[in-house]
Amino acid sequence: MSAGPMSTRPMPASHNLGPVDQIPFGEGRAFGVDGEQVAVFRLRDGSLRALSAVCPHKGGPIADGTIDRQVVMCPLHQHAFELDTGCSTTGAESLRTYDIQIDPAQNIILQSIQGAGNYSA
Amino acid sequence: MTSVMERPQGRHLGGAPRRRLVVVGNGMAGARAVEEILARGGVNQFTITMFGDEPYGNYNRIMLSHVLSGEESDADIFLNSLSWYGENSITLHAGVRVDRIDKSTKHVFSNDGRVTPYDTLIIATGSRSHMPPMDGLYTPAGSVKHGVFGFRTIDDTRRMVQHAQQEHHRRAVVIGGGLLGLEAAYGLKNHGIEVEVVHSGGHLMNAQMGPDGGAVLRMSVEALGIRVHTNSRTTAVLGMDRVSGVSLRHREDIACDMVVVAAGIRPNVDLAVLSGLPVERAIVVDDQLRVQDEDDIYAVGECVQHRGEVYGLVAPLWEQAVVLANHVTGADTSSAYLGSRTATKLKVAGVEVASMGLHGPELDTDEHIVFSEPSRGVFKSIVVRDNKMVGATLLGDSRKVAYLTQAYDRGLPLPAERIALMFDVGGPGEDVGVAELDDVAQVCNCNGVSKGALVAAVKGGCTSVSGAMDATRAGKGCGSCKLLVKQVVEWAADFAVEEDPAASYYVPGIPLDKPALMAAIRKQGLRSVSQVFSALAPGKAEDAKSKMGLASLLKMMLADQYIDERDARFINDRVHANIQRDGTFSVVPQMMGGVTSVQQLRRIADVAEKHHVPLIKLTGGQRIDLLGIPKEDLPQVWADLDMPSGYAYGKSFRTVKTCVGKDFCRYGTGDSTKLGIEIESRFQGIESPAKLKLAVSGCPRNCAESLVKDVGVVAVEGGRWELYVGGAAGAHIRKGDLLATVDDPEEVKLLTGRFMQYYREQANWLERTYAFVPRVGIEHLRAVIVEDSEGSAGRLDAAMQASVDSYVDPWSERDDPLTPGQFRTSLPLTVLPQVPVR
Repeated sequence: MSAGPMSTRPMPASHNLGPVDQIPFGEGRAFGVDGEQVAVFRLRDGSLRALSAVCPHKGGPIADGTIDRQVVMCPLHQHAFELDTGCSTTGAESLRTYDIQIDPAQNIILQSIQGAGNYSA
Repeated sequence: MTSVMERPQGRHLGGAPRRRLVVVGNGMAGARAVEEILARGGVNQFTITMFGDEPYGNYNRIMLSHVLSGEESDADIFLNSLSWYGENSITLHAGVRVDRIDKSTKHVFSNDGRVTPYDTLIIATGSRSHMPPMDGLYTPAGSVKHGVFGFRTIDDTRRMVQHAQQEHHRRAVVIGGGLLGLEAAYGLKNHGIEVEVVHSGGHLMNAQMGPDGGAVLRMSVEALGIRVHTNSRTTAVLGMDRVSGVSLRHREDIACDMVVVAAGIRPNVDLAVLSGLPVERAIVVDDQLRVQDEDDIYAVGECVQHRGEVYGLVAPLWEQAVVLANHVTGADTSSAYLGSRTATKLKVAGVEVASMGLHGPELDTDEHIVFSEPSRGVFKSIVVRDNKMVGATLLGDSRKVAYLTQAYDRGLPLPAERIALMFDVGGPGEDVGVAELDDVAQVCNCNGVSKGALVAAVKGGCTSVSGAMDATRAGKGCGSCKLLVKQVVEWAADFAVEEDPAASYYVPGIPLDKPALMAAIRKQGLRSVSQVFSALAPGKAEDAKSKMGLASLLKMMLADQYIDERDARFINDRVHANIQRDGTFSVVPQMMGGVTSVQQLRRIADVAEKHHVPLIKLTGGQRIDLLGIPKEDLPQVWADLDMPSGYAYGKSFRTVKTCVGKDFCRYGTGDSTKLGIEIESRFQGIESPAKLKLAVSGCPRNCAESLVKDVGVVAVEGGRWELYVGGAAGAHIRKGDLLATVDDPEEVKLLTGRFMQYYREQANWLERTYAFVPRVGIEHLRAVIVEDSEGSAGRLDAAMQASVDSYVDPWSERDDPLTPGQFRTSLPLTVLPQVPVR
């Protein structure tokens, strides 16, 4: 509950989600980051995408969705969302996207801009 | 006192002064015309003034019969309340009648002394009740006698209700046995009044139907307690200052307290005649709804005569209003009204009535198809000429109306079996009428997509079926509505649907139909879904929507040669359970034929207790379903159960439902339980284009519901077995077709396997057998599967055997997950491991 200047400015925060191998090619897995649910997908070309993990339509588990290079389809009612932008191609509200990379040690690094609370620690 | 309105000084967008549009008549036609004009940006072009004889906003005259019967209140039927006029900057003079038009100086004169100038004038004066000549209708002072009513306006209706509700008024006579008369009779009957209908014609509703239909309708009407007198002309209304009865020609007088005159309507043309406009039976208009020889005067609705026709129904009025608005606003000056084909569908006195075209045959070569069931009040008559429908009357059952209306309007080719015109004879969605569906009617019940939403998508440019489906997600749930979705899209696009090449693709991402796709897979030796995308997809693009279908097809084709990429599977197939709305899963252990044991029940109970299973449910397929299992608990639940998968999740062979059979049932003629278990153990888990639900019944009582299964077996006397295919009783209902009757249970299993293999190879993705069987035809299936007409039986049997041989219980993956985190939770159901900040 700090009121200091550091805590009021949104700061990018890096989170190491662990080895990339925990996600099979073409599938997604869910992670809890700063109390948020993030679905991380590993495309068949090896690159990663990260989106909020809860479907805005009826709360479906996005990480259980089927993907291709462009979209993920929610398993409950087949709403589709662009992996790069989070925009729905089927008229649902958008999913939030996250910046995500693989570091040289093959760990998943997720950038979150909502680091304020944790920074005050 | 006379005042001339100032020319409005207001300027609008673009700076051009707005022209003055005056509308005489505030009924359904006048108001609809104005709505259409507003929809075309009319508010920027015109200052609009409307005159209405009645002191109200605009109401739905058709619903007056509901107000009379008490089914709706008069407040419910208003289309536009008085405030609507203000909101749309329309000046409404309600309760003011226009007496004269000066077309040379372009002014209208109304009975409140007002003189209103116009640049464009629309006449929509409608029509009024026709009072046929008879004695005693009027008082000596010239007004209609107390207790005599027309049935035209909201005031008429209110007065009738008021009169009918007075204690001492018990009997009414309705003059006229047409649509309006029957509605009046029905409405008054609802007020507890004894009603008699006096009709001069030979049968009821003679404008809409022939004598046979009229006779059936008469029975339905009389069953409501309404007496009917046909061939009866009313000669006089009896009573001095109030009604006491009516006199009929050649018949006894009828005593009554009220008389409703519903003997037709007459166009209101007095204004036009007085103002020197061309009037024959009604005001004469051209194809643009302009009054003949007038540049700035239009007319619309029941007061117009177009190409010799005067219409008294609402549908032509809607069509006229559109054309009129196109010309008045200049939105589409090529628009033309060419007349309406009047097909009516309505509910008269609680009886559904539809009528179009001819009532009966006129030429020797006309076909006349008639079905009559007076006890149920059902009558159907269809007239066919040169294989085109030229007329139809339907009474008491209007389910086929949408289809018939289309066939009539568009001259569609008709089925050779004419009975199909009158009744549904199976096949998906045939009973659903598209044109008659209300805009708010839900087409896709899974995703809640209304007809209006689909129509909007089409109007918005999605003129292919798949485009509209993508835009709205209609048909993307259980899929049972796809045919209806297609019909709605075709109808909305006025049958100018873009040819959708993707319609024939097996999966949307690979531009090949099933035979071509299978041939390409074989020729190129493709063994995995990703290989298929690389080799056959445009731009080698993966497609999420295609993955599941391809995975199923490859598994079917290649059995143990298939390279199983788990990302190609739907989540259910990745974790061998059915995902539920909260992201948990359902677990159904194998229980072949629905037969279980003490040990199984005890174990299932223990597991449910240990894992706090929130819901234990018996399924329609005679299994036990444990619901609400978190994904991460699935392996442990399976381990604790130590039973094989019951396959309640995949596009695959699901269950065989059985009855108790001959061992216990005193009627049983065959051992259905044993055969069901054998079939299930042989074909468990076999992938197919859509799920397969089977049943075996031990006698024709069919307790296992074999007639509505994808494959249903019925034991019949003499040790024989009937084999039905293509049945369904879910989102769609269809009785299966008899494929064969055989002597030997082994033969049942062989033919079941051969049929399923043929279906696996030939059916489209997600095409259930209830659509597949009628598509290819049961005769063809009998030839191929029973008589081996194509010489393919041996190959089909061998392919099925290969699939059977490669079966592995998927729940064995519990000990050795195939992918990392296969059973890891994906939902915020539980607290996930929180990771530290770097």
